[in-house]
Amino acid sequence: MTSSSPLTLTRRTLFGAAAACAALAAIGRGRKASAAQALLNVSYDPTRELYADINRAFAAQWASTHGGSALAVRTSNGGSGAQARSVLEGSPADVVTLGLAYDVDMLAAHGLLATNWQTRLPHNSTPFTSTIVFLTRKGNPKGIHGWADLVRDGVQVVTPNPKTSGGARWNYLAAWGWALRQPGGTEDTARAYLKSLFAHVPVLDAGARGATNSFVQRGLGDVLLAWEDEALLAARDLGPDKFDIVVPDLTILAEPPVALVDKNVDAHGTREAAQAYLEFLYTPEAQKIGAKHYFRPVDPTAAAESASIFPAVKTFDIASLGGWTAVQKKHFASSGVFDQIYSK
Amino acid sequence: MNALAPSSPDNARRSPAEIALIAAAYAIVGLMLVLPPVLVFTEALRSGLGAALASITDPDALSAIKLTLEMTVAAVAINTSFGVLAAWLLAKYRFPGRSVLVALIEIPISVSPVVAGLVWLLLFGTQGWWGEALNRVGITIAFATPGILLATLFVTFPFVTRTLLPLMEQQGRDAEEAATLLGASFWRILWGVTLPEARWALLSGGLLTTARAMGEFGAVSVVSGHIPGLTETMPLHIETLYNGYQSVAAFSMAALLAIMAMATVGMRSLFEARMRREEPRKAETAGGGA
Amino acid sequence: MNLSATLSPTREPSTLHAKGRRARDPLPGFRLALGATLLWLGLIVVLPLAALAVRPWQEGASAMLAALNDGRMFAALRVSFQSAVLAAILDLPLGLILAWALVRTRLPGRRLIDALIDLPFAIPTAVTGITLATLYSPQGWLGAPLSRLGISVAYSVTGIVAALMFVGLPFIVRSVEPVLRDLPSELEEAATLLGARPWQIVARVLTPALLPSLISGFGLAFARGIGEYGSVIFIAGNQPFRSEIAPLLVVVRLQEFDYAGATSIAFILLVASSACLAAVAMLRRRAARGLVAEGAA
Repeated sequence: MTSSSPLTLTRRTLFGAAAACAALAAIGRGRKASAAQALLNVSYDPTRELYADINRAFAAQWASTHGGSALAVRTSNGGSGAQARSVLEGSPADVVTLGLAYDVDMLAAHGLLATNWQTRLPHNSTPFTSTIVFLTRKGNPKGIHGWADLVRDGVQVVTPNPKTSGGARWNYLAAWGWALRQPGGTEDTARAYLKSLFAHVPVLDAGARGATNSFVQRGLGDVLLAWEDEALLAARDLGPDKFDIVVPDLTILAEPPVALVDKNVDAHGTREAAQAYLEFLYTPEAQKIGAKHYFRPVDPTAAAESASIFPAVKTFDIASLGGWTAVQKKHFASSGVFDQIYSK
Repeated sequence: MNALAPSSPDNARRSPAEIALIAAAYAIVGLMLVLPPVLVFTEALRSGLGAALASITDPDALSAIKLTLEMTVAAVAINTSFGVLAAWLLAKYRFPGRSVLVALIEIPISVSPVVAGLVWLLLFGTQGWWGEALNRVGITIAFATPGILLATLFVTFPFVTRTLLPLMEQQGRDAEEAATLLGASFWRILWGVTLPEARWALLSGGLLTTARAMGEFGAVSVVSGHIPGLTETMPLHIETLYNGYQSVAAFSMAALLAIMAMATVGMRSLFEARMRREEPRKAETAGGGA
Repeated sequence: MNLSATLSPTREPSTLHAKGRRARDPLPGFRLALGATLLWLGLIVVLPLAALAVRPWQEGASAMLAALNDGRMFAALRVSFQSAVLAAILDLPLGLILAWALVRTRLPGRRLIDALIDLPFAIPTAVTGITLATLYSPQGWLGAPLSRLGISVAYSVTGIVAALMFVGLPFIVRSVEPVLRDLPSELEEAATLLGARPWQIVARVLTPALLPSLISGFGLAFARGIGEYGSVIFIAGNQPFRSEIAPLLVVVRLQEFDYAGATSIAFILLVASSACLAAVAMLRRRAARGLVAEGAA
């Protein structure tokens, strides 16, 4: 081998490196410039299939009203709390569609959106509601019919980590609210009930989808505490012959809100598109898509049409427990009730 | 003839112990090394080739492939350029603190990938030292592509230097000193004298960097915002698909990434074989010392 | 050979030049190379690691003490260390057999086996993770027959060990292989002629000669296993106190926005694994010295 060919090789490598860096910088700039034609929806865990459909429908509608111009909506999914924190850390979300209002409040507290965000859209900015139900193995072999059955010996309960997951906080609060409402129920008995409940939890996944995977695919546990939509998806689509849904006698009304992230839409120049996207969620078309994915529509017509999909439930709401700010501080903050009952 | 020594050339007789060991070797290879890749391709092709191809040409998948390639090219370019200079420094000179530098360069190998991602959040996350300040002037590093690049740089940091160093040390510095006497500049010596001799080692180190950069999961997972189409690399996209019950798509992507990584590592073995053929004496001593 | 050449610690270079030489060093480029190296090393390695070392103490020693008081963290560290040690130990005989088959036999498909050895190293960890989880799941190719035998691998500590054995195997093979190649096979033949049984050959002849390389292979596999994340999380059950590995707990703490907690675990993980590696290196040196002494005797 002569020394000239490797010489050119290394030179080429270095020039290539320089060119690559330049190209990379160009791509980075290109991304920023094209951000106006794309929206980012940072969402909680079980909405993957819902927003995939809604994004497609919205893009079609946007194209028809805007002379064919394309608008891509991307969705990122994860535990609601973890997702809110990634927005706080700099994830460029144009809209957030999270599992519970507190996570959006936290963003508002850090100045990412107006503190009155919940009044800016109908129904407290909640286009779909849901609730918490149980998913059991087919035939319900452990005979689980209500909250009291979860803490029986030999029952394993799968629920995600309330520190990172929105669904897990609803699960926890549904259990708390039920325990408070039992005859002779006090905060002490509710606390004792939750302590014993979490002693039956073998795995704490970061998000609702991870918990569903643990239960459905890994075969862990006897009962999954789940969003109604996630449970119906698993029971009807993933394994109709494998799971049963159990509706407890009392559960919580879950209201996952949506909001525009003011700071980011102004930086990206996407306010109009983001606002249109959120309003689209309340249209009959999107409400129907929601029902198809087992999210309860708030629109009365769509709700009536899809009534047969959803089991009848008796619910209480978060306001009856004092509202999210109080609940978060009392239960889920560092050294709150959850930390106390979960520490070994 | 004997139990464990090599069989006679005609392979006619093997002792029972030898046969048992050979069977064990085949079993280990079959169960541990052959089944997993076979499973990847079986799962990917479960719904036919069309479905597999459709899932890797989906816009989010294409964007993940593009991001992975960009990050890999950038990481290889940067770490190779600096890695060459570091190897030169450590091979050609003796100076106080040299062994400290060698030890520092080695550190990233024994750091957990998750920690390799975490350290960048400590610097550039909003709770980190400079994240808030940089955010205020509109620079986002954590949960964006610069963070992914930094994490990739960290985990692939030592490969080029480690591969080059033994070879460069072995070269000594006579040729370089002669070139200096003839009036050659530093860059001329590096490109004209040192690197040509070390070209296969350089390629090998670069390919090792490439393979690791393409496949890095833990470190990138910590610093990425996990936004499909924006900050998801191929390994992260595989995780998203897998958790979204899209098994065929996940394994199709996995098959593509595995092919890319195996081709890179395979090329590296070829180059190393070539290096040994071309410089049998040198390679032998280098291999023996390592 | 190729793998171990790049992954085993760089050998300490022989002192080619006296220390004082630099003052009148004829070679140009020292300052440039030193500057570039320090800049690169400083930005990419030293600065972030400094943040890791300083951050746990930033909120006062009490925060660190609180983190140390966390039973879940110790459980996770125990799971990580135990699984990594167990996987590396179980890999030792497997790696030894493969190295022996590569070096001492002329099996059909030997070159293919040689290429396959590097596979666990080449395949990205996320691919390994979903593949092993599928392979060992109760419905999987290996999981189904095993579960009929009453052994469940996936979603338990067994699954963690299985994944770590997969990623650790090449380190053992590639450490032992070159040494075994250099070991004259006459040694084994002579032992046979002198009437040694096969197990005696393994115990008295092969093991002492290969011990240093086995130890360094063990060290590399262990080091890889202790920090491993991607190939483990899909197959581990990720249950706190039982099958949660330390790197996963770092991620959990990060998702909880608990930077101090995450950093404390990462710091302890780094210190503990460095200590273990140093111990392994010492053992290796001792074994190598023993070998030299024996050879001289």
